[in-house]
Amino acid sequence: MADLSRREMLKRVVVAGAAASLPAPRTPVASAQPAAETFEALTAEEGATLQAVVARLIPADERGPGALEAGAATYIDRALAGPLAASRGAYREGLAALDRHARSTGGRAFAALDPADQDRLLGDVEANAAPGFGPGAAGFFNLVLTHTIQGTFSDPAHGGNVDFIGWRMIGYPGVRTVVTPDLQRIDRMPPERQVSAYDFPAFSAARERRTRGH
Amino acid sequence: MAIELPKRDVVVVGLGAVGGVAVLPLAEAGMDVVGLEAGGWLRARDHVPDELFNNYRGWPESVQKANREIPVHRRSASSPDSPRGALHPMMNAVGGTSLHYWAQSWRLSPWDFEVVSETTRRYGASRLPVGTTVEDWPFGLDELEEYYDRVEYAIGVSGQAGNVGGEIDRRGNIFEGPRRRAYPMPPLRWTGFIEQMADAARGLGWHPFPGPAAVNSVRYQNRAACAYHGFCDRGGCHLDAKNSTAVSTIPRAQETGRLQVVTGAHVRSVEVDGEGRATGVSYVQGGEEYFQPAAVVLLAGYTYENVRLLLLSKSAAYPDGLANNGGQVGRHYMTHATGAGVLALFPHRLNRWYGLPAQGVAIDDWAADNFDHADLDFIGGGNLWVYSDRRPIAAARMPTFGRAPRWGSAWKAFVADNADRWTNCYLQKSTLPYEDNYLDLHPTVTDPLGDPVCRITADFKDNERRIATFVQDRMVEWFRAAGAVEIVRQGLGTMGPSTHAYGGTRMGDDPETNVVDRWGFSHEVPNLGVVGASVMGTSGSHNPTLTAQALGWRTAAHLVENWSSIAG
Repeated sequence: MADLSRREMLKRVVVAGAAASLPAPRTPVASAQPAAETFEALTAEEGATLQAVVARLIPADERGPGALEAGAATYIDRALAGPLAASRGAYREGLAALDRHARSTGGRAFAALDPADQDRLLGDVEANAAPGFGPGAAGFFNLVLTHTIQGTFSDPAHGGNVDFIGWRMIGYPGVRTVVTPDLQRIDRMPPERQVSAYDFPAFSAARERRTRGH
Repeated sequence: MAIELPKRDVVVVGLGAVGGVAVLPLAEAGMDVVGLEAGGWLRARDHVPDELFNNYRGWPESVQKANREIPVHRRSASSPDSPRGALHPMMNAVGGTSLHYWAQSWRLSPWDFEVVSETTRRYGASRLPVGTTVEDWPFGLDELEEYYDRVEYAIGVSGQAGNVGGEIDRRGNIFEGPRRRAYPMPPLRWTGFIEQMADAARGLGWHPFPGPAAVNSVRYQNRAACAYHGFCDRGGCHLDAKNSTAVSTIPRAQETGRLQVVTGAHVRSVEVDGEGRATGVSYVQGGEEYFQPAAVVLLAGYTYENVRLLLLSKSAAYPDGLANNGGQVGRHYMTHATGAGVLALFPHRLNRWYGLPAQGVAIDDWAADNFDHADLDFIGGGNLWVYSDRRPIAAARMPTFGRAPRWGSAWKAFVADNADRWTNCYLQKSTLPYEDNYLDLHPTVTDPLGDPVCRITADFKDNERRIATFVQDRMVEWFRAAGAVEIVRQGLGTMGPSTHAYGGTRMGDDPETNVVDRWGFSHEVPNLGVVGASVMGTSGSHNPTLTAQALGWRTAAHLVENWSSIAG
């Protein structure tokens, strides 16, 4: 599955004629350093802000990698160019407002703030208490949180959950097409077996139309 | 100008769970049937175990007619419209929502057919809630039993009988009405967690049993047995082990050569002649307008669409909508009170990652009139259902039981530890019809063709709120007995668009208070039939689909037997 994601990314980078800015492999790392990445729907600035946001919503920490490493920002960006296009405006306005809020209170872009400051700002947004953000702050926060969870825990074919980071985080034992009684016992958990649903031959034909801009 | 098509014996509007059943007895009787379906065909390979696609994207591969006409809800005639959701709870396709439903296939309780007379007999008429318009059904469970049986065998239902011919079998539902024979397949198996819940129920003196499901527990009709892999909630089955009408009754009807399936057909109105008889239906397909003449019209849409089509079909003979000169279309609307849920956190893993919502343990001790209501302040009750179904996104969106924030490292640690230690349940409570709960057309909101969408004016009343609290208490008791360490009670909510919507074209002998007669044919338009949960006069406390299918079969069988008098 990691191969697939990298292949996807390689393809995009090559198409953009920017092979030199090949992103680092998305192996699980306990770092919240945003990767240099080309975006489909978002501007580079918006993308960097979004990466910083998802990295705080589900952080990389001593328990393992988080939403950034899982590619949640990539998932959101791709979806905003496709099935979530209706939310593109909300992201444009919300990310800009977040950056304005960061610059006016911390003197720097949101992505450049310390994690503790980022958390404080996000708390303001969640509580609808971010000055200059307008009345939709909490709604924007909920939108990003919803999409971050989708990107972290959905099938990797949609661009997130890279290396099954999300599924491993919560102990999901993996997509199977046949589940025996033994795999439904309460005294013994199923062995982990991670695969994308679209890697099963029966579903591979549906991959393209399901995971790109319908 | 509409293209006029050759006349058919019967045009069926909607090939979902109910229309897809009703076409079978018609086609087998040799009638020339055309089924108009807004959606298209989806096949096994379209049903990928992909939670994001199924549960959050609303099946974008299916035709989105339903999503362009989502009903608008308000709590009362003086309330503002409630916020409108982005997805219709139902879908359009051949097989309709029977493709992605949970497939629980229950018969109603005997009491559900005779709420008025049984309440009066046992507790006195004063116990009927103020403002209810409930009537006894025009017949009892015994008269519908034959059709329940036919549908159970035609589509395939797994289950454990609890009452065969009056003989009680304690492995099944001891409260069910008598059935003529066992289910065609044994019940779906139980998981370790479900066994734990069943043991706890027995410890409370209750009667747990496996619920019935239109899912193959063994190979049936040359279709595979369930593989218990999950993704069944709003997901179709890649093995055709879930018995949607698209893989059961519709193909069988097609094999007779008497059913033509027309997909992508958006029906806009039923037409009538000068004498007030239905002449056929008008529909749009690919931007082209068609008129399909037929001797008999059967509406087989979902509750909201059956009502909307009648109200949209205005004519000189029916100025307020078809079959609505008595003003009953849209009345007696109900939805199941499925809110007021209970969430429970356990101190150990449940291994609930696989399985399906129809794989579970049921309690009917607190449903219908299965317990004494003499000292209670309500009538009716609820079915308690605990099942095996967990998907990763839903697991990550778990409640935090007051033990963690919504995001950040503390949230992440909590979810990592507890994603498989919690469960929800499904509590279906009986709902009654009331004078001021109804459907009509929205004055301003329309679909893309400019036709008004359905408007729901409805809210739960005291009887439903009291049932909800009572049933929630029983569920809390059950979870505690099974070892839960944290419990969250959810709110009841209100009566917005639902997968369990009833009424609006109620069935009954009295034309003053009902739209269709005891056979499902209009009191006003003799060659117009209506099938679906919209004809049901009570909700019961179990899933509606099997009952709506049994009623649909019965209406079709009646049409076959009385063709000349109905078709004219």
